[in-house]
Amino acid sequence: MYDMKALYEATGIENATELLLAHPEAQVIAGGSDVLVQMREGKRAGKELVSIYGLDELRGVSLLEDGTIKIGSLTSFSHITRDPIIQKYINVLGEAVDQIGGPQIRNIGTIGGNTCNGVTSADSASTLHAWDAVVEIHGPEGYRKMPIKDFYISAGKVDLRPGEIQTSIQIPKESYEGYKGHYIKYSMRNAMDIATMGCSVNVKLSEDKKVIEDCRIAYGVAGPVPMRVPSAEALVKGKAYTPELIDEFSKNVLTDIRPRNSWRASLEFREHIAVVMAKRALMESIRRSGGVL
Amino acid sequence: MAVGISIPRVDAYDKASGRTKYTDDMCDKSAYIAKIVHSTITHGRVISIDTSEAEKIPGVVKIITCFDVPKIYFPTAGHPWSTDPGHQDVSDRLLLQEHVRFYGDDIAAVVAENEVAANQAVRAIKVEYEEYPFVLDVQEAMKDDAPQLHENYPNNILKHTKNDKGNYDEAIKEPGLIKVEGWYDTPTVQHCHIENFICYSYMEQDRIVIVSSTQIPHIVRRVVGQALGLPWGKVRVIKPYIGGGFGNKQDVLYEPLCAYLSTQVGGHLVKYDCSREETFITNRVRHAIRYHLVSWLRPDGTLVARKSEAFSNQGAYASHGHSIVAKGSGALGQMYPCDNLQIDSYTVFTNRPVGGAMRGYGMPQSIFAYESHTEDICKALGFDPIQFRRDHLTPVGFVDGFSHNEMYFDTYNQCIDKGIEVVDYYRKHKEYENQTGDVRRGIGMAAFWYNTAVYPISLEHSSCRMVLNQDGSIQLQVGETEIGQGADTAYAQMASETLGIDYKDVHVVSCQDTDITPFGTGAYASRQTYVVGFAVRQTAEILKGKILDYAHELTRMPVFLMDIKDGNIIRTTDGRVLLSLAELATEALYSTTHSVHITAESTYQTKSNAYSLGCCFAEVEVDIPACRVKILDLVNVHDCGKLINPALARAQVHGGMSMGIGYALSECELFDSKTGKTLNNNLLDYKLSTSMDHPELKVEFIENPEPTSAYGTKALGEPPAIPVAPAIRNAVLQATGVAINEAPLRPQTLFENFKKAGLYEEV
Repeated sequence: MYDMKALYEATGIENATELLLAHPEAQVIAGGSDVLVQMREGKRAGKELVSIYGLDELRGVSLLEDGTIKIGSLTSFSHITRDPIIQKYINVLGEAVDQIGGPQIRNIGTIGGNTCNGVTSADSASTLHAWDAVVEIHGPEGYRKMPIKDFYISAGKVDLRPGEIQTSIQIPKESYEGYKGHYIKYSMRNAMDIATMGCSVNVKLSEDKKVIEDCRIAYGVAGPVPMRVPSAEALVKGKAYTPELIDEFSKNVLTDIRPRNSWRASLEFREHIAVVMAKRALMESIRRSGGVL
Repeated sequence: MAVGISIPRVDAYDKASGRTKYTDDMCDKSAYIAKIVHSTITHGRVISIDTSEAEKIPGVVKIITCFDVPKIYFPTAGHPWSTDPGHQDVSDRLLLQEHVRFYGDDIAAVVAENEVAANQAVRAIKVEYEEYPFVLDVQEAMKDDAPQLHENYPNNILKHTKNDKGNYDEAIKEPGLIKVEGWYDTPTVQHCHIENFICYSYMEQDRIVIVSSTQIPHIVRRVVGQALGLPWGKVRVIKPYIGGGFGNKQDVLYEPLCAYLSTQVGGHLVKYDCSREETFITNRVRHAIRYHLVSWLRPDGTLVARKSEAFSNQGAYASHGHSIVAKGSGALGQMYPCDNLQIDSYTVFTNRPVGGAMRGYGMPQSIFAYESHTEDICKALGFDPIQFRRDHLTPVGFVDGFSHNEMYFDTYNQCIDKGIEVVDYYRKHKEYENQTGDVRRGIGMAAFWYNTAVYPISLEHSSCRMVLNQDGSIQLQVGETEIGQGADTAYAQMASETLGIDYKDVHVVSCQDTDITPFGTGAYASRQTYVVGFAVRQTAEILKGKILDYAHELTRMPVFLMDIKDGNIIRTTDGRVLLSLAELATEALYSTTHSVHITAESTYQTKSNAYSLGCCFAEVEVDIPACRVKILDLVNVHDCGKLINPALARAQVHGGMSMGIGYALSECELFDSKTGKTLNNNLLDYKLSTSMDHPELKVEFIENPEPTSAYGTKALGEPPAIPVAPAIRNAVLQATGVAINEAPLRPQTLFENFKKAGLYEEV
């Protein structure tokens, strides 16, 4: 039995905004796999909820005319994994969200909820950062867009103003064309777990597959919000990959990341696996791009 | 007729189709809901509790605090009662505690009309404490200046026992001996049965009725009587189907409090449903035990003398107490006979969640220590780990003076031979020597020791009732509960075997009701097939005698020339079917000349015990940079005597191995050293292993029929969980050369050990 004050079900995107403005204390709920858990724990007990889960216009993956991949915010993880557009252009995102929780969570959980939570451990977030995703938001003033790195403000806090909901996540063509990537989720067991750390890498190789023309790397749980690692990226850009360069790249991630020391894992351990993950994710990205190691 | 056959479980269709009623399914919707206020300090005293805000919440019926409950101390362990005060369990519990001894101790209870109101009230209650220093580590708690948890237990030592033999101090003076020493730590883990503890209670006439998810209904009756100061006959306990227990429900958990709350609201129905978060903290856990082992050997491998010190972390209250570590420590001299032993076992109170019974009862801890240490000896002295075990494990003919257990067969060698064959041990062991690189493989094994039931330490008996129906079928009742292990099915098969009727004609009454069910102490100690086997066989023989006596009246044949076969009364001389049991049973009930209700009821007191032994082999792949162990192959080999139901036996082993995997690699409760709080009391942060963490689980049996057993069978419920962790630990040792003496071998632990061993130096 949930301790919930009221539940308002939005009938459309505009209606969602109206409901949120009318109930400024209300919490948006989509699949509920996080919100209901928190409510049960007492954290959001007694709150009003505005459900947007019925808004089918926010579901599905589409390819826009300019080549942008648009993922409706209510698209479930299992739909993303199985979507042909995702599989063709940015399969790593499908692989990343396929590592969330278990099958039931992946069926109910949405990519919008995963990002609007603002948590650093979200399995979609590091890959979206690594692919320069853009967040689309609707509110009282209509639509606005921003890079995903600006959407995350601080732990648990994202740039959503009163009356706003996230409507889609978009990957521009220039962000994915020619890139291949790999996501590694480090968790303490092989399913039903939260990431101790997540690392998503993608590269664009030269035509002869010997030079890294571009490289992007992002982490989850390496700081309060998902983050890119610019110094490591800069280190390899435009260079021919060698074992030494890959080692240097992976060690270099420590200059930018800021993992915690906690009972879940020590700082020293987290730093150790961050380096291991960077190396392995880069190597796999190179392999997937047709490089030979 | 039915013993030894893999018939489907008698409860399979109901459970698979969802028809089975568990405790919560049976509770009337009018129930009041009870919630408990838990302490937010680890050690101290409750000074005051302000319930004024909570009482204003609509729907709140009653709030009871630690200042309101009767000051009657009671024990909680699910042990048979002893009429000898010297053997009774420690009574150190009150329904609610003023003196808080661990973070989460029960200090007040709310009864409300619904769950939301009850939770709101719990959050609205304000508590004022006087805080004391606390202690979490078992050896810290033994120090003179450590905070004391209970009166009359100096240095927090609940009990200290010795199992000495020969003269250790003299024996180690022999020149040329090699010393191998190690410290071995096992974690606090929780049972994680699917159904959390739940019970409900109401009054009927002047009695209290409790329906509970328990393994031990007759013990619950006694303890509720003790806790509430009621004559035991005033308490009625009903046990429906249960969603697992694994020993946690071999303790009296919240039945006394729930019963008391009902008495405080006019006997109204009150339900207490424990949350998962509470289960981790306020139920029972497996004792974390630290072993210190010292072995002295001649260069030829002769074990000259051994010292063992065990420190068992009891947590805040006595519960099963010292019996757990005592079982583990008592095994050493039986498993590895040695002339000179110095064995000390300590059970020590600390400000942690309470240790109780859990599948394996002290043996997973001690076998982790013994079998890790055995491997360390072999590594230090260059012995083949298999041959060393063959040379030292319990030989055929060994008799334990205390339990009178006898090693009738060459069980250890037979099990080891089978394990070697299944995993191709020697080929792989050789292949995996001297590996380099990031990812390395290893193979290892561990033997284990267990015995069946609790004789001669505690009462062992079972009572059985059989009632013949008109159609020749019977009802069978015993007090030993079905807790998911398949006991009801085994009972049906055993009764079928002795009575000569189809197992489908044995209707096992699964629900125990202390008003109706014959007295029996419940399901625990892997004893059901063994102990109940005697009672079933004895009662079936009595029933059969009565049936044949009646057959004599109907057929004029002497009893000694008749038998029951396939549900018919037959003449043994020529095999002729004289009449069916159904015809006889109908006649017996409706005869106008001699009508009789044919029933039998008897008690068998067991005064024997039986070893249940075996081993586990594990093959692993260790990703050293990633700090991960992947299990490639895992096989348990058991000699549990004759199998009553091979398919069920295999399933039992699968479950135990699964628990062993968690114990080896991921499961442990973590405590905040600053606050004493349990940090990971939920199924996300407590890393119970998933199917994705399991290899195919392989199971082998060596069936040596147990000579002392009614049906040749002995313990299998608990043993499968015992050897898995040390086998995996030893495989990791072979792969990496790193001996990790702290379970679980979780990534953080692997990282620290690999780093210490210099495996990351090249990075």
